Amino acid sequence: MYEIRIHSRGGQGGVTAARLLALAAFRDGNYATACPFYGAERRGAPVVSYVRIDDRPIRIYSQIRNPDLVVVLDPSVMEVVDVLHGLKSGGRVLINGATTDKIRGCPAYAVDLTGIALAEKLVVAGSPILNTPVIGALAKMGIVSVDSAKKAIREMFSDERNVRAAEAAYRELVI
Amino acid sequence: MLTIATGNKAVAAAVKEVRPEVIAAYPITPQTEIVEQIAEYVTSGELDSRYIPVESEHSAMAACIGASITGARTFTATSSHGLAYMHEMVNWAAGARLPIVMANVNRALGPGWNVWAEHTDSFQERDTGWLQVYVSTVQEAYDTALMAFRIAEHKDVLLPVMVNLDGFVLSHSMQSLETVTPGDFVPPLHLPHAIDVTNPAGYGTLTGPDEHFKFRWEIEQAMRKSVRVIADTERDFAERFGRQYGVAEEYRYEDADVVVIAMGTLGKEAEVAVDLLRNEGVKAGSLRVRWLRPFPELDLSGRDIVVIDRDYSFGFGGVLAHSLMAKSRIEPYSVIAGLGGQEVTFDDIAGFVRDRTPGSETWFGVKGNV
Repeated sequence: MYEIRIHSRGGQGGVTAARLLALAAFRDGNYATACPFYGAERRGAPVVSYVRIDDRPIRIYSQIRNPDLVVVLDPSVMEVVDVLHGLKSGGRVLINGATTDKIRGCPAYAVDLTGIALAEKLVVAGSPILNTPVIGALAKMGIVSVDSAKKAIREMFSDERNVRAAEAAYRELVI
Repeated sequence: MLTIATGNKAVAAAVKEVRPEVIAAYPITPQTEIVEQIAEYVTSGELDSRYIPVESEHSAMAACIGASITGARTFTATSSHGLAYMHEMVNWAAGARLPIVMANVNRALGPGWNVWAEHTDSFQERDTGWLQVYVSTVQEAYDTALMAFRIAEHKDVLLPVMVNLDGFVLSHSMQSLETVTPGDFVPPLHLPHAIDVTNPAGYGTLTGPDEHFKFRWEIEQAMRKSVRVIADTERDFAERFGRQYGVAEEYRYEDADVVVIAMGTLGKEAEVAVDLLRNEGVKAGSLRVRWLRPFPELDLSGRDIVVIDRDYSFGFGGVLAHSLMAKSRIEPYSVIAGLGGQEVTFDDIAGFVRDRTPGSETWFGVKGNV
């Protein structure tokens, strides 16, 4: 089983990112679950979502303690949340931003998802849409296939700019 | 069709397939997604139903009662405080023998204000005459919602059915879902006592001491007959669509020395605990109780039993544990866990089994507990 924990702030699309990722994994022929942890929901508060991917049905509902991959959609949550908590040895980190400077002791990757979203004018209620470009970055990291990533985005969103943003993130992320 | 969906959307998708003529509902977290999705189906024309956006849950059930008594198929959904507010009408629906189907997304009651999973909300309705079933996966939520209509509307039952799913843990989790085309799996509703303008009659009139008990007895007769109807419905569902659940779902149960009994998603997580314990050499198994009413007759003799209750009856104990003590004559280790969404992992469940003390009760997370 491959376990992913996504850190974001309420309203940034972390929950939708988890659902998109699960859908993409499912289109790859795997089993997948997306379990958002719902706290006191409010815009701007740090939130966490979980994705599990396996080749067998998944029966676990509890939160992920030891993720294989941590995704940070908003680097500012790192000031208040220990995003590396419980990361498996050999686990990786993906950060939305220009730098991985703040991450030590594990492979970390950075890509400017916010810039990609703004370039495509993917903005809702003043917030750039991060959940579709991040799926492109995760495809680059080999979590899901490119085909399934695009399929998942098109199943959930009719606006083709979402697919273009995912493609841009795929190109820009250096592995 | 194979897709991926939340527990809430799975319920809505099943409701769309059986095409209720009237849906009356009031939104409440974490159920809202069910009625939002159904409202969308109605708006888009995918579902030809009368959708009544009422001003309260009490009115939602009252509207369903009014529609159902004309012989219309009806559906509503609620949760926690909404169900509590509806309580008077919940009794009325069963007493009037109306096969209404309701989804309840299990959530704790306040105070303190809490929107997370707990079974106390629906357990408080257990004596109303409704059939109650608890599901553990998105697929099971869909399949069970379909079956609920057929069971409720069967001529030997004609009682309402409540389909329960854990708030957020299941209602908002996405898993794979295979939707089906039910065809004649759910036949048209024929309500023998439906209002008929050509044959006027009184409904809900004063019923004196010489008659009232007869109606109660008929409800109990229907409840007893529902056991066979549930089994037949499950069998037919399995033949048509290939999935079967049972009144209680067994996992590595046959040769188990110690069995974990739980409901809802904790019953599914318990299966992972069983695998963990088996790897340690403990002959563990699990049993996930699905139907609270009618309550299953289970032969649990000769094994150690650990019961997890995601509910509590103050001054009494865990409702599931005590129901099993009375019905199956066991002396379980009773664990109260998961209240108000308290996190309970498969590791924790394995710990309950390792630390079990048959005949005693413990509250998970409370130090120095009883």
